[in-house]
Amino acid sequence: MPKSARQAQIEKAALYPVDWVEERSGLVGYTKWFLFRNVPRDINWMQTLGAATLTAFLVQATTGVFLAMYYKPDPDSAYASIENITNEVALGWLVRGMHKWGASLFIILMFLHMARTFLFGAYKYPREINRITGVLLLVMGMAEGFTGYLLPWDQTAYWATVVGININATAPIAGPFIAQFLQGGAQIGPDTLAKFYSLHMLVIPGGIMALIGLHMYLVIRLGVTSPPWSSTAAGRPRGEAEPKGYGDYREGLIREHKEEKDEAS
Amino acid sequence: MSDETDNQEAAPGSSLWPIGFAIGIACILVGLVISWPAAVLGAAITIVFGVLWVRDTARTHAPVDSAPAHALVDGTPSEAQLAAEDEHLETYGRAGFLTLATIGLGGVIGAGVVLPSLGFAVLPSFTGEGIETNPVDLGPISNFPEGTFVITSFTGSKRQGDVSRRTAYIRNNGLSAEKEPSFTIIYSRCVHLGCAVKPNGPRFEDEAKTYKDVTITPVKPAGFGCPCHGGAYDNEGNRTAGPPVRSLDRYAFSIVDGNLVLGDHFSVGTVDGTAADAVMTRYPVAYPGVHVDGIEKWLYPLPMPGA
Repeated sequence: MPKSARQAQIEKAALYPVDWVEERSGLVGYTKWFLFRNVPRDINWMQTLGAATLTAFLVQATTGVFLAMYYKPDPDSAYASIENITNEVALGWLVRGMHKWGASLFIILMFLHMARTFLFGAYKYPREINRITGVLLLVMGMAEGFTGYLLPWDQTAYWATVVGININATAPIAGPFIAQFLQGGAQIGPDTLAKFYSLHMLVIPGGIMALIGLHMYLVIRLGVTSPPWSSTAAGRPRGEAEPKGYGDYREGLIREHKEEKDEAS
Repeated sequence: MSDETDNQEAAPGSSLWPIGFAIGIACILVGLVISWPAAVLGAAITIVFGVLWVRDTARTHAPVDSAPAHALVDGTPSEAQLAAEDEHLETYGRAGFLTLATIGLGGVIGAGVVLPSLGFAVLPSFTGEGIETNPVDLGPISNFPEGTFVITSFTGSKRQGDVSRRTAYIRNNGLSAEKEPSFTIIYSRCVHLGCAVKPNGPRFEDEAKTYKDVTITPVKPAGFGCPCHGGAYDNEGNRTAGPPVRSLDRYAFSIVDGNLVLGDHFSVGTVDGTAADAVMTRYPVAYPGVHVDGIEKWLYPLPMPGA
């Protein structure tokens, strides 16, 4: 249906701010590159597990930021502040519950996502760096679980952390030093709680966010893997200069990439 | 440039310098554990071989030196080689200096920010800051009946408060063979992974005594047990079953004005003998699960500063 003059005018007016931003920053193009990309025809529901994990992390980040407004990382008031969040603050029970149960969900989803990439062979060339960053993310996610477990400062939290730190201490040579660093001295005390709080809400999340950025950049650059039963090839075409001895790669990992072709021609 | 010459240039000449360099590094690491002179010797070896290695590498890869090498193969250096060399020399002047200066200066500024921050984050855990060493007074000796254990709970550090609440199982052994007072003071933390060990036997709550914030509850244990992973100990703290790797930690004691005062916390391997005749070696306090004697102690060679 041909557009009327009025329709064209409205469209132009609506797109004007978008064009204005694009001309000055290129951000619209990047966003399109990020969001609107080709995926293999026979893509599987299992391939949404990565996005689900990202969502779980965003839930943790959001609820965590607001929990930090009411939580007090001090041995004399930590447990009382948790009680206050749970019983007094409006919707505190809900946000704390989301953070507590979402933590388990985050870990479970990371494992499921890891199993999917393993079973689909999505860790193979050219996605090795994705695998490596993914494993680091798993380790950091578990470190989040360990440091967050102490914060309610109840009996479970205290003794679980005692045992966890002492397990670290049994590693040969470096073990006692890791334990000493974690508890900030010879015994678990006020310093330990503050240190775990800082690690839990600043240090490790910072690392996780940086690694998620790299992880997602690679997913978008390399494209989504076809399922193993797929008949269509997926992935980017190889460049001209292939490293020697890697000629017998699996065809199924290569997917014709439209933009790449356009650039080349 | 043909592929052939390219390959020849890229292949590094075999050299013994890296091996000497590695030996020097190994010497430093071993020396750090064993003795300072060995570490200094290792550093010297590392520097000498490092310099030789760098000099060797520089000579092999230097553009000026490689040109005559090509000349020997080809007769005369090709025009492309000469042009590449000119270009190389030209760009290396001011631009190269500025690049290196920016990276170097940035590195220095970065190190100036990062190193103090890292030190601040890590070092306080190892300097023993904030550890209170004032002795804990457990009250008059008469509160500790001879020949029986009491569960003694006390505050380890006034500054830290309730977090430093600790429990020790104390038995008054009466007088030793040398007519000295003798106490067995066993720390309650399991030497498997640090859970609270419980006495296996009846507690006599109605005979409990208190002295300031110290509570003293008589108990008749047939050994001690840990609820977490099933570690079991006899009345001297020696392991009888389960995963623990040594005997329960103990405290030294002193008697000041008729009061029992807690001394240094120490670790023991095994205890020979019982009660006043018990013989053991005192080791610096170690983390649970860490061996203090036997061949496995070599897994934990470095003493912990501030522990």
